[in-house]
Amino acid sequence: MTSNESKSTTGDLLLEMRGLRIEGQSDEVWQEIVKGIDLKLHRGEVLGLIGESGAGKSTIGLAAMGFARPGCRISGGEILFDGRDLMQVSENERRKLRGVRIAYVAQSAAAAFNPAHKLIEQFSETPTEHGVRSRSEADADAKDLYRRLQLPDPENIGYRYPHQVSGGQLQRAMTAMAMACRPDLLIFDEPTTALDVTTQIEVLVTIRDIVKQFNTAAIYITHDLAVVAQMADRIMVLRFGELVEESDTRSMLSDPKMDYTKSLWAVRSHRKEVEPPTKTDTPIVKVDHVSASYGVVPVLKDISFEIHKGYTVAVVGESGSGKSTAARVITGLLPPRQGQVYYEGEALPADYRKRTKNQLRQAQMIYQMPDTAVNPRQRIRDVIGRPLSFYLGYSGAEREKRVRELLDLIELDPDQFIDRYPGELSGGQKQRICIARALAAEPKFIICDEVTSALDQLVAEGILKLLDRLQREFDLSYMFITHDLATVKAIADEIVVMYQGQIVEQGAKTEIITPPHHEYTELLLSSVPEMDPDWLDTVLKERAHAHELYEKFHAES
Amino acid sequence: MNAILKMVLQRLGLGALTLIVVSIIISIGVELLPGDLAQEILGQAATPETVAQFRKEVGLDKPAYVRYFLWLGGIFQGDFGTSLANQLEISQLIGKRLQNTLFLASLAALIAVPLSLLLGVLAALYRNGIYDRAVNAITLTSISVPEFFFAYVLIIILAVNLGWFPSLSNVSTDMPLWERVYKTFLPALTLTLVVVAHMMRMTRAAIINLLASPYIEMANLKGIRKFRIIVHHALPNAWAPIINVIVFNLAYLVVGVVVVEVVFVYPGLGQLMVDSVQVRDIPVVQACSLIFAATYILLNLTADILAILTNPRLLHPK
Repeated sequence: MTSNESKSTTGDLLLEMRGLRIEGQSDEVWQEIVKGIDLKLHRGEVLGLIGESGAGKSTIGLAAMGFARPGCRISGGEILFDGRDLMQVSENERRKLRGVRIAYVAQSAAAAFNPAHKLIEQFSETPTEHGVRSRSEADADAKDLYRRLQLPDPENIGYRYPHQVSGGQLQRAMTAMAMACRPDLLIFDEPTTALDVTTQIEVLVTIRDIVKQFNTAAIYITHDLAVVAQMADRIMVLRFGELVEESDTRSMLSDPKMDYTKSLWAVRSHRKEVEPPTKTDTPIVKVDHVSASYGVVPVLKDISFEIHKGYTVAVVGESGSGKSTAARVITGLLPPRQGQVYYEGEALPADYRKRTKNQLRQAQMIYQMPDTAVNPRQRIRDVIGRPLSFYLGYSGAEREKRVRELLDLIELDPDQFIDRYPGELSGGQKQRICIARALAAEPKFIICDEVTSALDQLVAEGILKLLDRLQREFDLSYMFITHDLATVKAIADEIVVMYQGQIVEQGAKTEIITPPHHEYTELLLSSVPEMDPDWLDTVLKERAHAHELYEKFHAES
Repeated sequence: MNAILKMVLQRLGLGALTLIVVSIIISIGVELLPGDLAQEILGQAATPETVAQFRKEVGLDKPAYVRYFLWLGGIFQGDFGTSLANQLEISQLIGKRLQNTLFLASLAALIAVPLSLLLGVLAALYRNGIYDRAVNAITLTSISVPEFFFAYVLIIILAVNLGWFPSLSNVSTDMPLWERVYKTFLPALTLTLVVVAHMMRMTRAAIINLLASPYIEMANLKGIRKFRIIVHHALPNAWAPIINVIVFNLAYLVVGVVVVEVVFVYPGLGQLMVDSVQVRDIPVVQACSLIFAATYILLNLTADILAILTNPRLLHPK
């Protein structure tokens, strides 16, 4: 994007927010969640809003449409769209702008498309309901936009239902739907967050192209700096509903002024410092020629890998590659069709119900969603205390003491947390509780299933550091399942790359991430966005065959 | 489509099995009734010889399981046996009554289902407003008051005071349709008042339940009108629970109308059953019970199938 600098200055003012204040209701009390934001956006300009969850970026994005989610209200300030204050016009006036002049692209296309209607019906609904185009014109236009967004079979894909189309394609179909009335302003609310890296890059390219083609102004909301660097001309960093810093993309990346921005930028620099210990003869866990299936659908095809004492083995791959299924086989939740899992050289029964308590104790799990992984009706004392009594027979004062020790270990103050319910904790704190619960069983081996993907980068960073420290203190082995290659680079000793139920490559980290790679590994690695505004262009140039590679590995979806 | 056909057949099989189980339960229940049937029918004055003779005639001397299988075998051939009270073929006796009952149920359903859907959609649209509260209060009252009370109130107002409708619904199958509708109107209205609340509240709840979905927010952000959002975006996804409640109420309209039939002297199946219980005409009671059970099972089956058919994921697999 060579036009970065020039574009931000050209064009008339399209959207201006002055002192925008938004309140959210929690427990019957209104609290300010956006605290006086000033924002300007010119025609044809792409503005990036970045921040962690709770920064108010989505709320601001929706406010640009004069919309507040239920439980929120715009309490002050002006929202001038094309010279009109959206807060002063009637709800009906605002409704007439939505979809026509300002359109929205949501985070999860799978959830934002109505499951009951075909894609093209949902596309044409906006122009026909607003009287912009007739149904047949709109349908023809849909096919044209599907083609521009490089959807496969643009003539017919619209006649499918949302569940019949893959995630990356749905996201593009939603971008097409947002373009249906050729709006002046598009709001992208984390449009690629739910996608795999290799799919993300395809969606980013098409979104960027379509915005350029129609010279549409856009607000691009994300928590991913590397992504926003590719998309935006100008970036606003937000925290707790306030502006931290604002400048054009290049200077924001090269020269952040505020400490908070710098800390965000530094997140991806974490690296595991200590070299792993030398390997012993018997690995902690050995997965030997395992095949598994759900019903008749094969999900694992003859996979073998080992995890040694004190090692972190990252299992990477896109969704559907069988990473989590491998974990289910190891824990005995899904008995394999063929093959065997060994723990310290001893064959484990395939079904967890046939394993001894001691065998169960040795392998613990930490899950992706800490919200759903802890019982909301139990106090922290009982969440952590349960494995203590169950596996190790602790009770009474002894158990209490141990729970407190564990809380200390995960850097949460026991006096403050032991009596609380999970609902009172933040996402990062809950994940720490899950770690403490896993540690309570005194295992040698922990499976971490996407443990940081639901967390903000700074929080995730803290969790990774904690896991790192615990590994050194207790000589733990981790199986680290993730689709996030930045995390892999940060913490792995060894990497297992999975694709469609098979292991395409495995070995020491340095070996895997330095070329030459297996083709699929290369596709994965080169798809991880970097904090360089020219990355997308560069990678597209470098990978002249990138698209063919992508097509090759996504032929089925 | 094949998967759906397979499922329908599976459910039908399961329904048949349930019906067999129900028939066993009915037989056991009848067996457990106190008193001796022959004694009861012939009266205190009957000599032991006549009683024995009667028992032999109607097959009561055979063991219970033999009687059960004879009964079941007869049903498979369309023979429900003969009534003890008046020696008529039960299938004949029931035939007209069943038609009447179904007629009343259909008429009530024809009024109640569209009405409750409409009320429910409007309540969801104007949720928490005055309309919503009023509709909720009225329908709640109507479901809380016993149906015979409503029946009498309607009779007093619409039949006695205003004289618009007859208070007795003595219909017959050979009446002209319009007259039948006219005579059936009051019981149908009573039933409507009883079932509307349940269906309307479920429609409202099922729709409101979906209003927090991302695709509803998306529709809002596309600038779609509120009414269209409710009808076009929420309702199609709310069918499964709504259909279940509708069918549940339809089943009630067929099997639960005894009281209303008695009040309006409507010649339906429920009335027949009550009469038969009074005179201990056990074969008729058994046949009625079985028909009620079959209706219930069949309607629930329909609900399951409809719920699946309204789910695009199942109707249009990948």
